[in-house]
Amino acid sequence: MPGGVQAGMQAGMQAGMQAGGPTGGTAGMYGVEPHGAAAHAVAFSAGDRVRVRTAFPPGHVRTPFYCRGKSGVIERLCGAFPNPEELAYNRSGLPAQPLYRVRFASRDLWPDYAGAAADAVEIEIYQHWLDPEESA
Amino acid sequence: MTLRANHDMGGLAAGKIVPREHTYEPWEKRVDALMMLLSHKDRQLLRVDELRRNIETLGPDAYERMSYYERWMHAISQTLIQRGTITLDELGRKMEAVKARGALPGEESC
Repeated sequence: MPGGVQAGMQAGMQAGMQAGGPTGGTAGMYGVEPHGAAAHAVAFSAGDRVRVRTAFPPGHVRTPFYCRGKSGVIERLCGAFPNPEELAYNRSGLPAQPLYRVRFASRDLWPDYAGAAADAVEIEIYQHWLDPEESA
Repeated sequence: MTLRANHDMGGLAAGKIVPREHTYEPWEKRVDALMMLLSHKDRQLLRVDELRRNIETLGPDAYERMSYYERWMHAISQTLIQRGTITLDELGRKMEAVKARGALPGEESC
């Protein structure tokens, strides 16, 4: 793992905390402990186009239904966190999954959206739910 | 058959939102305290992810019918049973004992 990626992840985590991400606010309350260096390699960076996987596994999923199969742009890396889909079954969730804030055009999410064309929704999505997509 | 889980309602029409103030019942504060104590990093008897999973697996009817802290209470008890922290039999006997005991001073009877 190149040092640059590690450093970038650390910076992303701090940004996530300031923005009230998963490490902010409720972290101490719910006993989320640090995971050390055991994290998947970061696959995307800000500006990359991604598509959310079209998958519907029954169980605890943090990827909202309405964004599955939709394409968006990586806005930032929030850090890496134990996979909540595993934590939900009292397993370690390690290696930690990089978490990104992904920006979607509202009109891409809802074809009948009547608001401004520039309106967007940002959703925090774990890396294993994202596939790369070539820019048009 | 819809692929959308019942709780995953983001983006659906929500109707008119009517904000209102409300106070918390003593039992609701206790459920909140239980959650904080069980999930505290020194104990880790429950994770918020487990709480959410157990709330999400409520049937659509129960999910709609139960109040916020009723869902928490359900999920806390299920997590403790799943982890083997308590048994279903212990829970059942304790519920009977509390019912027989009646409300404590300051408690409203439900």
